[in-house]
Amino acid sequence: MSGLIVYNVYAILTLPLITAVALVILQGYRLLARINVISSFLTFLAALTLFAYRPETGPYLLVDDLNIVFVVLNTFVAFTTSAFSASYISHELETRRLTVSHLRFYHAMYQLLLGAMNLALVANNIGLMWVAIEVATLTTVVMVGIYRTPAALEAAWKYFILGSVGIALALFGTILVYMAARPVVGEGLSGMVWTELIQHVSKFDPAMLNLAFVFLLLGYGTKVGLAPLHAWLPDAHAEGPTPISAVLSGLLLNVALYAVLRFKLLMSANPGAIAPGPLMVSLGLLSLIFAGFMLYRRGDIKRLFAYSSIEHMGIIVFAFGIGGAVANFAGLLHMTMHSLTKSAIFFAVGHAAQAKGTQQLAKIRGLTVTHPFLGWGLVIGVAAIAGLPPGGVFMSEFLIVSSTVARSPILAILMVFGLLIAFGALLLRLHSVAFGEPTGSREPIKASYLPMIAHLALVIIAGIYLPPPLVAWFQHIAASLH
Amino acid sequence: MGGLYFDIAHLFAGGLVLISFILLYQDRLYALLNVFALQAFVLALSVAWQAYVQDAPHLYITAGITIAFKAVAIPVALHRMVARLGVHREVETVVRLVPTMLAGIALVALSMVVMLRVTGGADPLAREDLAFALSVVLLGLLMMVTRSNAVSQVVGFMSLENGLILAATGAKGMPLVVEISVAFSILIALIVIGIFLFRIRERFDSVDLQVLDDYRGEAR
Repeated sequence: MSGLIVYNVYAILTLPLITAVALVILQGYRLLARINVISSFLTFLAALTLFAYRPETGPYLLVDDLNIVFVVLNTFVAFTTSAFSASYISHELETRRLTVSHLRFYHAMYQLLLGAMNLALVANNIGLMWVAIEVATLTTVVMVGIYRTPAALEAAWKYFILGSVGIALALFGTILVYMAARPVVGEGLSGMVWTELIQHVSKFDPAMLNLAFVFLLLGYGTKVGLAPLHAWLPDAHAEGPTPISAVLSGLLLNVALYAVLRFKLLMSANPGAIAPGPLMVSLGLLSLIFAGFMLYRRGDIKRLFAYSSIEHMGIIVFAFGIGGAVANFAGLLHMTMHSLTKSAIFFAVGHAAQAKGTQQLAKIRGLTVTHPFLGWGLVIGVAAIAGLPPGGVFMSEFLIVSSTVARSPILAILMVFGLLIAFGALLLRLHSVAFGEPTGSREPIKASYLPMIAHLALVIIAGIYLPPPLVAWFQHIAASLH
Repeated sequence: MGGLYFDIAHLFAGGLVLISFILLYQDRLYALLNVFALQAFVLALSVAWQAYVQDAPHLYITAGITIAFKAVAIPVALHRMVARLGVHREVETVVRLVPTMLAGIALVALSMVVMLRVTGGADPLAREDLAFALSVVLLGLLMMVTRSNAVSQVVGFMSLENGLILAATGAKGMPLVVEISVAFSILIALIVIGIFLFRIRERFDSVDLQVLDDYRGEAR
């Protein structure tokens, strides 16, 4: 058994692919959903073994301290979401919103997406990383449009157009990085290998790198959902199946963020290049405050939480833009907490929307009375995402604000302003959804609460007690991020 | 590398920018598709020329794929689709022609200024290729913004990809990405043709995105 461990990184890449093929061939949706869950779980286990054995760095694949965190988080949330998806999808089948052949397609795409995201995270080659992010984008486009309603088609189309433009800009930036590297690193493959680039980056032409970073930040920033490039995000979250909303918010945004971080590292290692921090700080702050205001006038519950994702991605980009050991630590922690909390919220929202038969906020009221378990899960999730203690988000936001105060009090004031606006909006909405006059169906629904409970428990435990090895691990990464 | 090599490479790259301008003001779908096919053809010539100059035979594959798919297969498929949908007579532009052309000129000027200033260190062929490529990319973006019709948006996107391929082949010795990006442009085209147009037609009997805009989720 122990000999197999050396293949762990290949396992997290090929397992989803093989499963995707199997899911296309096999019959019976229960079997498909089960295979989806089992395969996601095995991928998660394989990702865990990366802690024990780290494969050698090659020209295509790289496993280092930074991306292990992303890979493990990615595979874990993908696993829990696949468990949620199994119960969600069977309800969609009963209400005939999806047919059996749709489901086969849906499950295959889910695994393909998982594999593409893993590839983007472990790629050592910036070209390969680009390809993986493009594949991930295309699979999610198809899944967003899977209901084939006019609204879903418009959302998918918008996502496709904006996502492709973003990805095209990112490719242009990638080409520029190669052009900057060529005189120093030489022609051919090594000009795109990240570990080679970071070694020699101090000798690159700074002007070229600056231009490349602008394209990369705008390109991958579109995928992160930063304002003003966020227009695809609320539609895509609202109109697709809820498991996909959870995966988009919790994982795909992180993958794009990871790409931005890699290039930020390149930039800060070159003395002549502009500092990437201020650019990221301003985009992050803009997203935070903009999304904070947009939260007030939402009529659709999934759109509401999509804007909340823009807000939180803004906070994370802001934290990494501020930089320094504490802010980077807080940024990593916030990213982890946001992924866990937001996907838990989407699990609750998905079942709530199914129970009430609508996504409109005005028609989902008094959830704690009609569906106590779901309602209270949502209350805990929203309280945590709004930044109330003892959730883990509170701690990371506190760290971000306190480390910003030391650097620049004005930025800290703006940040707190944005946080308070979003906080107000979320609590306002939560009040009517959870405690308002009960409306709609009171029928209990078949739901699997386990993924939601697991996520919320992790978030609250992290808020109260972070295990010292985890803290040391995150601190180590934060220090290496500059 | 002699002056002639340089001039021919320039000719092709400049031709691509020119064709991007022609694409901007086409108001018939058939004409739009024909001009796009022409652009793909010129791109293929440019890629083949780069393959010859750089002595990089694998670029001939890229050139071949560009001719076969982008210059022939996709325009033909889109032609058929347009004919079947019966929308071949309409293309309405959201922004009027003159402002669009002026914006296009401004974008080209911008990309020249930015690229030539920034890439002073690189070799002249590569830097001017890059400047042209950025122009094509920006003009493609402009086209996607100013059109409301799904087919012309797709054409805008593919012309944007042409710009990217021009940039990638201009960067000497660039690994992997040429082949992969070509493969992906095909994939994108397939997805668009296969899924979106088909589904949009199924629902509305129209490929005009303005119709779709009426279904914005917030209005509920």
